[in-house]
Amino acid sequence: MEATVSPTKSGKRARRRPADYIPPSRYTIRGAAGQGDALTRLSFLVLGAGNIARRQIAKGVLFLAVEIAYIAYMAVSGVPALANLVTLGSRTQTKQKIDGYWYYDPGDNSVLLMVYGIAAVFITVLFVVFWSYAVRSAYKAQLLAAETGSAPTFGDDLRNITDRNGQVAFMALPVAGILVFTVLPTLIMMCIAFTNYDSDHVLLFDWVGFKNFGQLFSATGEVNATQFTSVLIWTLVWAFFATFLNFFLGLFLAMVINRKTTRFKGFWRAVFSLSIAVPQFVSLLVINQMLQPEGAINRLLIEWGWIDQALPFFTDTTWARVTVIVVNLWIGIPFTIMQITGILQNIPAEQYEAARLDGANWWQAFTQITMPYLVFVLTPYLITTFTGNVNNFNVIYLLSGGNPTPVGDTAGKTDLLITWLYKLTVDRGDYNLGAVIGIFTFITLAVVSLITYRSSASYKDEGGFR
Amino acid sequence: MSSNMSGNRFDMTSVTTATAKPAGNPFWHDQRKRRIVGDVLSHLLLAVLAVIWVIPIVWVFLESFNKNPGPYNETFFPTEYTLDNYVKLFTDNHVLNFPRMFMHTFVISVFTCAISVFFVLCVAFCMSRMRFRFRKSFMNIVLVLGMFPGIMSVVVIYFILKSLGLTQGVGVTIALILVYSAGAGAGFYVMKGYMDTIPMSLDEAAYLDGCTRWQVFTKIIIPVCKPMLVYQALTSFLGPWLDFVMAKAIARTQDNYTVALGLYQMLSREYLNDWFARFAAAAVVISVPIAILFIIMQRFYQESMTGAVKG
Repeated sequence: MEATVSPTKSGKRARRRPADYIPPSRYTIRGAAGQGDALTRLSFLVLGAGNIARRQIAKGVLFLAVEIAYIAYMAVSGVPALANLVTLGSRTQTKQKIDGYWYYDPGDNSVLLMVYGIAAVFITVLFVVFWSYAVRSAYKAQLLAAETGSAPTFGDDLRNITDRNGQVAFMALPVAGILVFTVLPTLIMMCIAFTNYDSDHVLLFDWVGFKNFGQLFSATGEVNATQFTSVLIWTLVWAFFATFLNFFLGLFLAMVINRKTTRFKGFWRAVFSLSIAVPQFVSLLVINQMLQPEGAINRLLIEWGWIDQALPFFTDTTWARVTVIVVNLWIGIPFTIMQITGILQNIPAEQYEAARLDGANWWQAFTQITMPYLVFVLTPYLITTFTGNVNNFNVIYLLSGGNPTPVGDTAGKTDLLITWLYKLTVDRGDYNLGAVIGIFTFITLAVVSLITYRSSASYKDEGGFR
Repeated sequence: MSSNMSGNRFDMTSVTTATAKPAGNPFWHDQRKRRIVGDVLSHLLLAVLAVIWVIPIVWVFLESFNKNPGPYNETFFPTEYTLDNYVKLFTDNHVLNFPRMFMHTFVISVFTCAISVFFVLCVAFCMSRMRFRFRKSFMNIVLVLGMFPGIMSVVVIYFILKSLGLTQGVGVTIALILVYSAGAGAGFYVMKGYMDTIPMSLDEAAYLDGCTRWQVFTKIIIPVCKPMLVYQALTSFLGPWLDFVMAKAIARTQDNYTVALGLYQMLSREYLNDWFARFAAAAVVISVPIAILFIIMQRFYQESMTGAVKG
């Protein structure tokens, strides 16, 4: 982390080396162990010893304080927390009558024990990282003291991490936020996939290994292989249609609006953006109300005499599936129009001019000029949209609620993996199964998007537009 | 938006010819007629679609003035209109306290907005303008993290907040702010993409003049990023208004409800029949400011989009 080259130098280097190459630091743990003097080696045990000896008092004391704090934490609550992580608690909830009063012993709460335990693991990992940093810092102080006569002062260090190595100061808080509120929950949830934390084991549960994964592929049970495959296939079908229908119909509309002779262009765009301006969950809830058997749409159609009885928007499987895709078009197309309009206007007009002079018709111009350009610019966008659609909780949950749900099934016919997960965890309390499904959702997404994303032009060529 | 019209350089004069039936050779070759048919068809198409797009919005708007508070009416549009729904929404507070929810959400979004914009700017700045060892790995890790369904961890986040003692009273507000803004740093991609289009020579000149990283960040990058900054600020401001999954898991009593939760509650079975018209009114009340914010945002967004893809 410590030796980032100055910007002018990095500019020169970038021209010769592969893009943004950074040489590895020479202050390594191995170096510290091999070439470090006694004080540096002492720092392996007593953090900051080397730094204090090189007159980096504040830094050394800070390192030592962190070490003491860590040891104190481990002694007081860390070690018990780790022990509890193994057993996940055993005391059940009990009540006892003493002197005519009921005394409640709440017993162990496995989830909380798990949170504390994994937090302890997390803190330990962070401490190891910190330890390695402190040891390397001691070694660095030794080398610099030998080379220049004195190690950098505390002030120098502060200036360094706020300026030349500004990333340390800039990213400390955001990264801490990500660690605590994204990484930690994800880790804990992944652990829950290996326990029997379900509606039967609300307070106390145990590790069960891969049993839940087996459950997902078993033939019977409230979550089984048939259901899982059908939900997975529908999720992929949905994501495919939701992404590509939106893209092509949106593209078509954007081009119709963009025609030279179309009047009131601003008006049409405004009309279509109106639905973006209304909060999505509001419009979804409203449309859900309108499409009820007794809702406004059915009323209207019956009033006009087009139908005799209410259309089964959310009660018939095929109807429900088509309905969610169509309503999603209503939601999504305006976004596509907005995106594509800007990009269409950026395609150099000369290219079309030249194509016309060469005698190309509109279809050739479309396939040879418009599409390649759009595909180049929008590939990352399409991938994100696909990912977003696999995880499109709102549209399904608020619109159809996953219905129609066959009697006895946990997943409805329009449920995606993500809404199924939500139902299993929040509604039914089967957190272990929910976690397993979450892991599978992740695998699905990772397979689809990492391959496409990493081979897309905009990832390989980050600075392409600079 | 009208400024885009003048910038229309895209010639697709005959886009709808494919749909026009070829009526013999003379017609097919008559450019003028072809164009007229295309015009008529495309305007017709746009008009029909425009109606479809607007109807639900008009419906909920009119429904908010409906005298009948229930959801199911004899006719498509209400027949009798009244302002009662709006009045009741703000004065009748003992079942669902809408003004309170509104203020609660507003406070949360102001803080969320400030924190997340700062986080996003910091991370995007480091990713775009600095080169350090952990950079590429960080971007990949964030990419992978983004693929875990966020809903999966909702329950765990609740337990983490519980162990931090943030699930009661004012704690809930702090918890919601934390939840909405803490992970914001991971959403740096769009901002980074925008910063990538700013020439590096700008920074280098500043460094030569003795600027620190912080000065370059505040005096050069942030001003240049203003369009994207506004976009970022508005999206993060809107977050708490639109989310209801997180809010539902964390705010478990009605005192702590956010607007989205309240609206969802109004449509639940027990409330629906008395509250539907008020739901419509509440939807209008929160949609209007959001729509205004959105219009502002769209202007900046298009500005930044067109800036970002220019070769």
